[in-house]
Amino acid sequence: MKQERITKSPGMRRSANMPDYEKACTGFSWQSARGLIDGLPGGSLNIAHEAVDRHVAGGHGGQLALRWISKRGEVRDYTYQELHQLTNRFANVLHSQGFKRGDRVYSLLGRRPELFIAALGSLKAGCVFCPLFSAFGPEPIKSRMEIGGANGLLTSERLYRRKVDGIRDGLPDLLTVFFVDCSDEDTGFDALMDRASDSFEIEPTSPEDPALLHFTSGTTGKPKGVVQVHEAVVAHHITGRLALDLKPGDIFWCTADPGWVTGMSYGILAPLTNRATLIVDEAEFDAARWYGILDEQAVNVWYTAPTAIRMLMKAGAEAIGNHKFPALRFMASVGEPLNAQAVVWSNRVFGRPFHDNWWQSETGGIMIANFASMDVKPGSMGKPLPGIEAGIVEDTGSGLRELSEPQAIGELALRPGWPSMMRGYLNEDARYRACFRDGWYLSGDLAMRDSDGYYWFVGRSDDLIKSAGHLIGPFEVESALMEHAAVAEAAVIGIPDETTGERVKAFVALTPGQTPSEDLLLDLKGHARSRLGPAVAPKEIVFRANLPKTRSGKIMRRLLKARELGLPEGDISTLESDEQ
Amino acid sequence: MTADCEVILTEELRRIAPEIAVESIDRTADLREEFDIDSIDFLNFVAALGQRLGLEMPEADYPEFHSFDALSAYLQKRV
Repeated sequence: MKQERITKSPGMRRSANMPDYEKACTGFSWQSARGLIDGLPGGSLNIAHEAVDRHVAGGHGGQLALRWISKRGEVRDYTYQELHQLTNRFANVLHSQGFKRGDRVYSLLGRRPELFIAALGSLKAGCVFCPLFSAFGPEPIKSRMEIGGANGLLTSERLYRRKVDGIRDGLPDLLTVFFVDCSDEDTGFDALMDRASDSFEIEPTSPEDPALLHFTSGTTGKPKGVVQVHEAVVAHHITGRLALDLKPGDIFWCTADPGWVTGMSYGILAPLTNRATLIVDEAEFDAARWYGILDEQAVNVWYTAPTAIRMLMKAGAEAIGNHKFPALRFMASVGEPLNAQAVVWSNRVFGRPFHDNWWQSETGGIMIANFASMDVKPGSMGKPLPGIEAGIVEDTGSGLRELSEPQAIGELALRPGWPSMMRGYLNEDARYRACFRDGWYLSGDLAMRDSDGYYWFVGRSDDLIKSAGHLIGPFEVESALMEHAAVAEAAVIGIPDETTGERVKAFVALTPGQTPSEDLLLDLKGHARSRLGPAVAPKEIVFRANLPKTRSGKIMRRLLKARELGLPEGDISTLESDEQ
Repeated sequence: MTADCEVILTEELRRIAPEIAVESIDRTADLREEFDIDSIDFLNFVAALGQRLGLEMPEADYPEFHSFDALSAYLQKRV
């Protein structure tokens, strides 16, 4: 945490969309942010209009909106004009199939162009769009479709057969399924699109009409359906501009799958409202391929995740080959906190650092970020966006108290009222209301703010370890372990201890070529102790070949803890890569 | 026996505080400070040492463990 700052030159500051953070905060109003989007006549607002149609109306129809790269390397290009027409067609398909405003259209599909077209077309038709991750199994798909009352589904025949067919009887609201790879006249996506008109008058949705549904796992109980409204586009647009430094015409690559909130808000919506060109890669992570895409597509702005970044680190310099990245201007990371080491690594390899930022499905958009014009403190999530009031709070028993002293650890909280704030957990009002208290939205994340106003992630509130009277953040311990050359991944939990309440236990996965041994164990322990001191360093370290992770790359400490304590594993639907 | 006790003591200290080399410490200064051992580590360390040497090391004797040399002498007397 005591890493050197990565400073920005005056030239870098000047060329950023937000050259002066303090000034931007002072002068900011959501009203002026609303002025950056067009709206529809009569006070209506529709995300798809802001993302696509207004650029066509503004004379940019010929600009490339989406470049899709298939697994085999085939490239398909879509201009804004083409995207405008294709999304119109899909909106017409929905209307012709009887879909009405407020109906729920789901997708269960890999990163294919049809997904992008369907998402925007559904919004045009006034429907609520809900992307599901295609690697989900039948049970999480079923619960998410039940809770949301899915009326339509866009998928492939293969995915349908494997994951939906067997649960279809339990989904009475699901009336229509569209197949992307089927030539059937009635259900084939292409056939239906061919018959539909490419002009469509966008449904005059109101700013408060539901637009998007994203599911987030609860610590207990069923997943929660986070409802976003059309007004969220105000936040998508301004945060894309300020936190990702997106400029019209930028080549932008967000590696997140649209089945997750990042892949929707920042993989589709924010870059399109900012008139960028999306790069979409159908394939899964591959270091050499990724370096190739960055180089060959001349990516200007890149938004990815810590797990991917650490996999790139693991792949080493050989994966870079002869690739050069002169076009790359801004790099950002989200999903879980990016450890300082990875930030420093990126600055060395790319000549610029990854900019970590923080947000949740519930916030709908980036809330805290490292900005292009601001020095980066490696390991910090940065500062609140203009228009966002953040605080560190503690529960006093009789209410919340804001902790204003630097370095105080508490729950990260936000003053509600920004446009992309969730409008509810679907049919779960009690759980929704439990997120708010004394005028704050409670994130469930623990953080601290340093004397310069930078926020530092500490851990989830339920992951914090209390040992011998010390409050220990697992992330801090993990970061220290990650600084060791032999460590690829680390997860730290508190396990019950007779004497100290909890003691710190670390699970460590080694980099390729490293073999578990007693000597290495002691070396790691010594490394952690010398960084963290005896009170914070793990008392126990064990080796694992792999740590359990969600699709978005979060290491599931909760699962490690449940297994350690012999407790039920809970909802593991988001588990993508299990412990070994 | 002197050498053996020191070897075992050194090995057990390395398990608790692997980053600190015995050669680098002041053998007559406070053992816990020299090895950056907190109270929990200290308990574990003493328990491990006792088990390995087949010794009862009651808390009452802890004052005799104040330095590396003092503890080494204590062990030599008892083993």
